[in-house]
This record gives sequence, structure tokens and C-alpha cells, in this order.
Amino acid sequence: MVGIITYGAYIPRYRIKVEEIARVWGANAAEISGGLGVHEKAVPDYDENTATFAVEAARAALARREVDVSEIKAVYVGSESHPYAVKPTAVTVGEAIGATPVMTAADYEFACKAGTAAIQTSMGLVASGMMKYAVAIGADTAQGAPGDALEYTAAAGGAAYIIGNDDPIAEINDTCSFTSDTPDFWRREGEDYPQHGGRFSGEPGYFKHVESAAKMMMERRGTRPSDYDYAVFHQPNAKFPQKAAKTLGFTAEQIKPGLLVPRLGNTYSGAVPLGLAAVLDIAKPGDRIFVTSYGSGAGSDSFDITVTDAILDKIDRSKAPSVESMLEKKKYLDYAVYARHKGKIKV
Amino acid sequence: MTVARFWRRIPQRYNLIGTKCETCGHVFFPPRAFCPHCRRGGDLHEIKFSGKGKVLTFSVVHSASDQYADQKPYVLAIIELEEGARMTTHVVCEPDEVYIGMPVRSVFRVLDEDGADGVIHYGTKFVPDE
Amino acid sequence: MVEVAVIGAGMTKFGERWDASLRDLCTEAGVAALEDANVSGEQIDALFVGSMSAGRFIGQEHVGALVADYVGLGGDLHIPATRVEAACASGGLAFRQAVAAVASGMSDVVIAAGVEKMTDVGDATDVLAGAADREWESFAGATFPGLYAMIACDYMNKYGLTREELAQVAVKNHYHGARNPYAHFQNEITQSTVMNSTMVASPLRLFDCSPVSDGAAAVVVCSLEKAREFTDTPITVLASAQAGDTIALHDRPDFSTMGATVAAGRKAFAQAKIEHKDVDFVEVHDCFTIAELCAIEDLGFVPKGTAGKFTAEGETQIGGKLPVNTSGGLKACGHPVGATGIKQVWEVVQQLRGEAGRRQVDGAEIGMTQNVGGTGATVVSHIFRREC
Repeated sequence: MVGIITYGAYIPRYRIKVEEIARVWGANAAEISGGLGVHEKAVPDYDENTATFAVEAARAALARREVDVSEIKAVYVGSESHPYAVKPTAVTVGEAIGATPVMTAADYEFACKAGTAAIQTSMGLVASGMMKYAVAIGADTAQGAPGDALEYTAAAGGAAYIIGNDDPIAEINDTCSFTSDTPDFWRREGEDYPQHGGRFSGEPGYFKHVESAAKMMMERRGTRPSDYDYAVFHQPNAKFPQKAAKTLGFTAEQIKPGLLVPRLGNTYSGAVPLGLAAVLDIAKPGDRIFVTSYGSGAGSDSFDITVTDAILDKIDRSKAPSVESMLEKKKYLDYAVYARHKGKIKV
Repeated sequence: MTVARFWRRIPQRYNLIGTKCETCGHVFFPPRAFCPHCRRGGDLHEIKFSGKGKVLTFSVVHSASDQYADQKPYVLAIIELEEGARMTTHVVCEPDEVYIGMPVRSVFRVLDEDGADGVIHYGTKFVPDE
Repeated sequence: MVEVAVIGAGMTKFGERWDASLRDLCTEAGVAALEDANVSGEQIDALFVGSMSAGRFIGQEHVGALVADYVGLGGDLHIPATRVEAACASGGLAFRQAVAAVASGMSDVVIAAGVEKMTDVGDATDVLAGAADREWESFAGATFPGLYAMIACDYMNKYGLTREELAQVAVKNHYHGARNPYAHFQNEITQSTVMNSTMVASPLRLFDCSPVSDGAAAVVVCSLEKAREFTDTPITVLASAQAGDTIALHDRPDFSTMGATVAAGRKAFAQAKIEHKDVDFVEVHDCFTIAELCAIEDLGFVPKGTAGKFTAEGETQIGGKLPVNTSGGLKACGHPVGATGIKQVWEVVQQLRGEAGRRQVDGAEIGMTQNVGGTGATVVSHIFRREC
């Protein structure tokens, strides 16, 4: 069955605390941090962007398992912060992992769920027999306008998945999506920062799509929340995934390992891929993982995943840094240096 | 650097691909098509470096050309790769972290941008190998 | 081979010459050299001009023709003019070409000039970085101070050179520059001036670095035999040696030893048939303080690792055992890159004629130059003797 051959994650080492951002904008830090459940967020170095995250994550995946890169026939990178408006991030990744030139590549954009869309596409290509391996990546250096509510959470990082059906470490039993035209968040061409519908992103956006896709998946599989060891939901803040999980019947324990947002912020297209990576870092054979992403605009992709024995003997997870180790390794920036890192200071 | 001039060595820059002379055993990065030691007696083949190395010497650059002005101060170093080739590169770390002999490993980073509307040059830099 | 002598030398004031263009500078230095040599234009056979990067500094190539035209050797006289380039060693190489032209018998009287107009460009750092490997050093973030800083880092680690000893090179060169009316900087400084100056590329600070200068210098050479027709004090060229090395610093086995200086120095001493103790003073390429220490070691004047102490003890100052860079060196006299190699010869001429004024080395009979391109990929060295 089609599944995850190997995976890799990347989180930059810099962080900024929510209270530091609040200090600059004269906001109440405790209120914001408490309301969002986010304490700090990851910030890129001067010389990092979505493409470098994508490459580092893909290389981490390849470090864990020996994969014949000439059998990688597709690379898809999902992001809402591709370094170019026109020129694919995916070709840079393909080149940097040595998979070029006999491969296809494209960039995906679907707000925060472009990474899971890339996984679905890869599954289709592999399952149809068109290719042995495809690489799906979700990565972002998320943008929030200075002082905007998004700035407290818009973070940086990504994860890569090599999809195939040759001894996967985790089988993807099923995937389904729930999609509608719901303008809760957007960025027009040429604009630096996105606009959003504020509280409109909640019920008509996040909750409607996440809950619909999740319920659909459990109906298709005939499962209940208690059948899963872990659940990963898109996490624009800590409150939304906790509330959705509770409504659906998942426990706090099931979502805790994949709930990175309090210490990482919202890595947009990287969020669910990174949450899943954190779960795979600790998963055992037989563990069942429930995953539902969300992308504004809007849609949700659900996955039902079962970890196999291959996670013990076909890959060496210690060959690349765990999500937890990257979350721990951090250096705090003040707002001024953070602004410089993010290119918010125009010179 | 112009587009074609950079593009010409993209695989080598991204993946630390150099050459090795099978006659004398010397390894080269950047790749050389002609062995400077064996000259016409050389026999060069591609080699992919592991990306592990150590710092031979370094400087913290405070006054940069326009190209790297937005990254200063940065650590400039000569690295010896474990296979033996030497290269000039950035070590991405705090200026007080670097020392002679420091083990490093390669990472994929932006080298520079040809202006806000130009091409982004990616390539290999190094970080402390902890 | 024909024995060659220098019969005239001239230079412009080095510095920020806002009023002067490249052609103005060349004309000023060229006319001074011809007057000094007592030679007329009709007697000149050839002109060699050293210029590192007129193309990048002022967008002007074909510098040989331009200079010949503006010194009155082009239009009417149709004198052959050739530009010579080897980064910061362009001047030294232009001189060597002039010497070769005379020594071979191809030419009788030849002018060697060097010029750089550096202040007409914004980012001189990037132009100078072209002296390194553009694709694999400069593009990777190596500035010229950064490369020499890595030499200094390696040297300090190996030999325990102190920051004070390194600073003393600049202090001494400013002391000399203060006695040279053509120098860019004619002020004396202290070690604390150097050690408290802005960090450029650690461990090198602003006062470890030669400045961005405008300037030109020119000398006239002919056969020793013919020299007597023009002057009573011809300066004989005892040796003209040049050596090369890898373009990139990272490809050298020992960053603290400039292999090309070692090779050029050995060749020069062999040609001149003299010993180190015979040399009364030396003009070396101190683009950065560390480079002067490496130069006097690599030429063989002091053992490796001891030049800092030798300098700190005052032995490289006028009155010491081996006065180094009596012109003020690149540090204080200034460093219009293409002009530097010719300026070194100019200083040797002043010293050997006994015309160096307040910086005169008593009884100087033999002087030596060492001019470096890049981080040592080209080194050219000459030895001169006063003819009595």
C-alpha cells in the first residue's frame, strides 16, 4: 500500500516571544499569548527561506533512509511563501537532492494546506504506478504584517515526505478532502502581507472544513476517535485544534505530541507536516495516526495512517534531528533583529 | 553574478560535487577539469563530498561588499572537507562561536539575491557540527 | 642580456584626488619622470602601463592608448603602449615588462607607469575582490580584508603574534609616511589608534588596511650603457623576478607563507648574486599589516614567525637593521593599486640617490621591492643598486 517511505523536518534556530512582539505594538502579551496558546514562534535566519527549509527537510528524509534518488520522479512543494512568484521552488529541491532531471516538479499553494495537497498528489502518482517515489513538502516562512494579529503566530519551518509503496514506514490507508470557496484569508498578487477575515476564519472556515473532512474520513473508514493513537490537526493557534479535537471526540493526550504551535507558531503549509513528523519521531509499529489539515480559502485534507514495522528496521530516525530536538535548540531575537531577519526593514 | 555564470555550476554548488584525480588522489572543490599536479597525466572523476569538515582559519567580516552587506557581520572561513578539498565559505554561527579546528557540516542556504527583483543564488554554507 | 638601469622617476601625490582623472594623474607622473630622466618624447621606444581595474573603477579599458595619447606619445609619435594587469601587482609587472624590453635589446628607452583612479566608484571593495577567485572566493563572501584576515588568524594561531606587534607595522609605516610629501597619510599614529579603530574583518581593523587612493607613478629605464648619457646616478636593476601561485588562498598548503614571494625572492637573490645582509632597505606589499610581516619572512630576511618581534623592536623603521617601506608603504603612502609597484621603484630611486630627505636610509646602496597581486597568486620582486 502507498505510504511514507521516509520523512524529514526542519525548524530554524531563531525564536521570538509573543510578549516581545506585544511589547513593540503596545498589546497585552498575557492576553494574546493566553488567547492563542502560543508563547513563541520560529524565525528564519537572514539566508533562509521556504526553498532552504524544503531542501533541508528533504535531505533529512534521505539521511534517514537510503533511497534511490533516480527513482524520485516528482517533487511538489506546498507553500504560501515561495521565494518567487514565478519560478518553482520544487526544481531547486529536485536539484539539491540530486533527483533532476528525469522528474516532474511543481509548486502548490493552498494557504496552510498546500503541503498535504502535495502528499495527496504524490499518493496518486505512486498508487497509479506512474512512479516509484514522489516527494511532497510543506514549508513556509509565513508572513504577517507588522502589528497584525497574524504576526504573533506566523512562523517558519517545514517537513518533507517521500511517498512510495515499497516498505513504507507508515501506510496511508485513505485520504479525503472537503473544499469550498470561503474567502477567510488571502493575499493578492504583489502584496507583501495577507489579509484575513478575523473571526470569520473560525466557524465558517477552520471548524466547518476540519470537522467535515474528519467526520467524512471516520465514516469512510468506519472508525472512531478512540481507534487512533495520535491525531494531528492544523494549528494556526493552540485553541482551534484543541476545540476541533474535542468536538470530534479526540482527547488532549492524542493531539499533544503533534501540537507544536505553542512553541513553534503557525508554520502554515509546514504545520501539519511538522506535527505529523513529531508523531513519527516517537511512533511505534501499529500506531494509528489521524491527520486533518486546513487551508484558508478553504479546504481540509484528512488522512488515516498506520505505522508499520519498517519504522524500526528500514529507517534510522536518529540520522536526522527530531522535531523535539529542533524545538529545543533555539536562540531568542528581539523585535528589531527579528524584523531584520524577516526582511521587514526595507533599505 | 549573471544568471548563466551561476547556473553553470548549480549542481556542484548545491550538492558539493567536486573532482578527484585518480592518478594522484588529490580532490578538488570547486571542481577542476584538469589536475594541476599531474597535468596531462591526470584522470579526473566527479566526487560528492560528505559535507563534513573543519575550520582551518576564519575572520568575522564587518565590512562587506554590497552583495553581503545585509548579512554582516558574518563568519568567513576556509574549510577543509573530510575528503581533503578546501573551500572558502560562510560558517553560519555567532561570531564568538567559531574557532580553528571547529567541526562543521554543510547546509543549504541563500548565498545572495541579485536585488529584490533578481535571481536568488542558493548554495552551500556550513554550520557547527554538534 | 643587456644590463638595465632606471634613469628617471616621478609620482603624483597619492590620496583622494577628487580634482584629477586617470589621464591627469598619468600625465602628472609621466612628465615628472621624463623631466627627472632628462629624456624627450622622441627618445621613447615603448610604454607599459600597469592598471588593475580601470574597467571597473572608471569604465575605461584600452588604458595603454589613453595614457600614451595624453602624455603626448600617441598621436604624433605613435609609440607602442601596452597595458599590464596582475591585480595589485600590475605596476610591478609593468616595470618588469619594461626591463625585459630593454634587456632583450628590443627597445632602448622605455617608460613603465602605474595608475589607479579608485575614488570614482562606489563599491571599491567589490572591484578589489576581483583580484581573488571571483566565483569561489569573492562570491562566497570573501572580501580582500577578509582573505588577509584569514591569513592573520592562521599566522597568530601558529606563531603567537600579538595584536600590539601587528599594530606596530602600521605605526611604523605612518612614521615613514609622515616623512614622505607624496604620501596619502602624513600623520603619525600610535598602537592605540590602530587597536581602537573600526573592525573591518577580525582581527584586522581599519588601520591595518591600506586605503583606497588615487595616484600614478612612472619610471624611465634604458640600458646601463646608455644611462650615462642622461644621468650621473643610474640605478641598476640587479634582478627582476616573478612567481605565481594558486589564485585562491584556500588552495595553498600554508596560508601564512606566500609561496610566490618565497620563489620570487630566491630567484631575485640568485640573479643579483647578493646576500640578504647586502640589502639596505626593502619596499614590500603591506596591503594589510599582516602582509608586511609575511613578506619580510618569505623573502628570507627573518625566520618565519619572528617578523612581529623584529618590527616591535624597531628594526624595520629607518635606523633599524632593515628599514621596511620607507615610503610609508601601502598603508601610509596609499595604495592606488596599479601604481603601487611603480611607486616602490620610485622610492628605491629616491633612497639610492640619497634624495629621500627626512626618511633617508643612511648609506643606502642596495634596495629591494616586492609587489603582490591578490593574496599572492602573483609576486614580482626587483633588486636595485646605486652606480657610483
